[in-house]
Amino acid sequence: MKSIVIKNATLANGSVTDVLIDQGVVQQLGGSLKGDRVIKGDGLMLLAGFVDLHTHLREPGFEASETVLTGSKAAAVGGYTAIHAMANTNPVADNAAVVEQVHRLGVDAGYVEVRPIGAVTQGLEGNQLADLGLMNKSKAGVTVFSDDGKCVSDALVMRRALEYVKSFGGVIAQHAQEPSLTKNSTMNEGAKALKLGLTGWPAVAEAGIIARDVLLAEATGSRLHICHLSTAEAVDVVRWAKKRGINVTAEVTPHHLLLTEDAIGEYNTVYKVNPPLRTNTDVEAVRAAVADGTIDIVATDHAPHAAESKDCEWGEAAFGMTGLETAAAVVYTTLVKTGLIDWEKFQFIMSTKPAEIGGIAGHGRPIEAGSPANLVLFDPKHEVIVSGNTHSKSQNSPYIGMTLTGKVTHTIYNGRLTVTDGRLVELEGNNA
Amino acid sequence: MKHLLSIDDVSKDEALAILNLATEMREVNTREVRKLPALNGKVVANLFFEDSTRTRISFEIAAKRLSADVVNFTAKGSSVSKGESLKDTVLTLEAMGVDAFVVRHHHSGAPQKIAASNWSKATIINGGDGTHEHPTQALLDALTMRVRLKGASDSGDLAGVRVLIVGDILHSRVARSNALLLRKLGAIVAFAGPSTLLPRTATTLVDEVYFNLDEALENSFDVVMMLRVQSERMNSSFVPNSVEYTALFGLTDERFENLGGKALIMHPGPMNRGLEIASKVADSDSSAISEQVSNGVAVRMAVLYRLLAQESK
Repeated sequence: MKSIVIKNATLANGSVTDVLIDQGVVQQLGGSLKGDRVIKGDGLMLLAGFVDLHTHLREPGFEASETVLTGSKAAAVGGYTAIHAMANTNPVADNAAVVEQVHRLGVDAGYVEVRPIGAVTQGLEGNQLADLGLMNKSKAGVTVFSDDGKCVSDALVMRRALEYVKSFGGVIAQHAQEPSLTKNSTMNEGAKALKLGLTGWPAVAEAGIIARDVLLAEATGSRLHICHLSTAEAVDVVRWAKKRGINVTAEVTPHHLLLTEDAIGEYNTVYKVNPPLRTNTDVEAVRAAVADGTIDIVATDHAPHAAESKDCEWGEAAFGMTGLETAAAVVYTTLVKTGLIDWEKFQFIMSTKPAEIGGIAGHGRPIEAGSPANLVLFDPKHEVIVSGNTHSKSQNSPYIGMTLTGKVTHTIYNGRLTVTDGRLVELEGNNA
Repeated sequence: MKHLLSIDDVSKDEALAILNLATEMREVNTREVRKLPALNGKVVANLFFEDSTRTRISFEIAAKRLSADVVNFTAKGSSVSKGESLKDTVLTLEAMGVDAFVVRHHHSGAPQKIAASNWSKATIINGGDGTHEHPTQALLDALTMRVRLKGASDSGDLAGVRVLIVGDILHSRVARSNALLLRKLGAIVAFAGPSTLLPRTATTLVDEVYFNLDEALENSFDVVMMLRVQSERMNSSFVPNSVEYTALFGLTDERFENLGGKALIMHPGPMNRGLEIASKVADSDSSAISEQVSNGVAVRMAVLYRLLAQESK
């Protein structure tokens, strides 16, 4: 393997340095370093490779929308070196065989580390616990469990799940949505939903489940993670829980940091997503919550859908939007450029903390001699008009045509370039 | 105007032009030969994904009186029951040559979707979409109010007219379209209903909101429009039961007596006699319910004429 040297890159702490990478490891930081391949880092941020805790790779079962390979490529282009694949595949990832298959497909693809998330309940049906222990013991080594797309709404099942995974250090990632309050809901409850004649999804359906679950986490002494938090009310509940010392973490998606329900316009199905896009007040609340640490991480909820699932009536359209390739730019644009957070915090929410929650070794590590070389170079001055060109199999990006600031120029996974000058490196033949 | 999707698309001038054309069509409908050649050779397809009596038949008669060829598509018994998508249904009919689709759909926004897509070049007329809008109903309601309150030959707006719409506002496409249109025409519009069916945000749509019908009726309305309340609302905890609904929000004989014949009574149909409106009230001289239906034909003739015969203007 050839060595790589990155010249004059800026680290999150502001220092400018050369970095030598060889044998998959950061060998040295300093001045005037030499290597086989030289990357100019002037003006670029060198950060720990991003880690996504919430990705839908659709394989097995929905390969028309995405595969582990295409999703991995999109992730690499977005600056990710590790992603967590959600369990709502077909068959559902509720047993060792499926999570091992997804893990294997990730290794074969080779662009990022693919960590399967296991279902909490069999078939995501919310009744019987899935094979939590066996998935943990499998080669996939699952530690994050989620019925994402559905809420574990039964309080007893949720309590048991929290208790059960505690013994092997697992975490339950809850999709917080009280189903009885959100029957047929397709957008945020409020004046806009009333005008469009759509059933509203009230904030209390999210905050109510979170309130219950943080108290369950406290009662059981277990670890809880809240997926895609979207409302100001939910922020307040999580803030209260953290103050109380409850072991809870929370994520927000890039789209909830940037977009509001106004984007829906006249039933534009690209903007149909669950939880729904909210109001300006909510956007401001989740941004502030990232800044003050109430929300721990950004996770994409990358949810690819085939064209026919969006080219239809609003009521029939699938929920979800893609996000792996645009996440870093959205987070930079909404949080760093606005002065709400600094680069160290950016690195923390995009890499360090998601790696910690996912229990994933070798990612989100400080950039120092001896660290595994999972890195990203990000150009904060590059303005991009988002195009429909994507490595994802699906086209349902909500940002097409929008101008975002910031671009991933290089991604290094296990010491190997997966993205160079903003372009994906085809790995065949490069693996040797 | 290429399509009629929402009252939002209709300017005040456009609305008055439609109403005034409808006034002429009312006259045509009284002639011995009630037919105009305006849409000769045009094909109007009634694309109905939801059950309907009056709207479908009204559009059919309207189109036929303008000499258009009319085809009726209903989801029941079609390939939709085999799982055919809206897109493929529209593409199929489009390929056979359709000039206008009248779309009735259970999903809010379905006509908007067809109009915004590249599936069809035809004119799209919203015949009622989900719980969103029913623009031709609002136009026929406005015409009925104008004829009854200002005379059959009036060509003006509804400035200062006070209209109370009562019932299940949350699920009513009639309420939404009427609120938009009547306010555009200068009327003052109020909603009344139980707070489970009348969201707090309704204040963004109308001038006044009442959660007590008796209190509302004290505020001298020129028009009281009762909405159909569906029995399923009783089963999903919107209101306790139909007896309580009638007692609190029904236009009963007693409430009607108290109005002293001063208000015009309307209902878009189909009515639940004895539930939201007493039978005697529906059949009284104050009631314009049958005129709403006959004005429906005139208004739909006017809409079809403006969109299909005058579209190139």
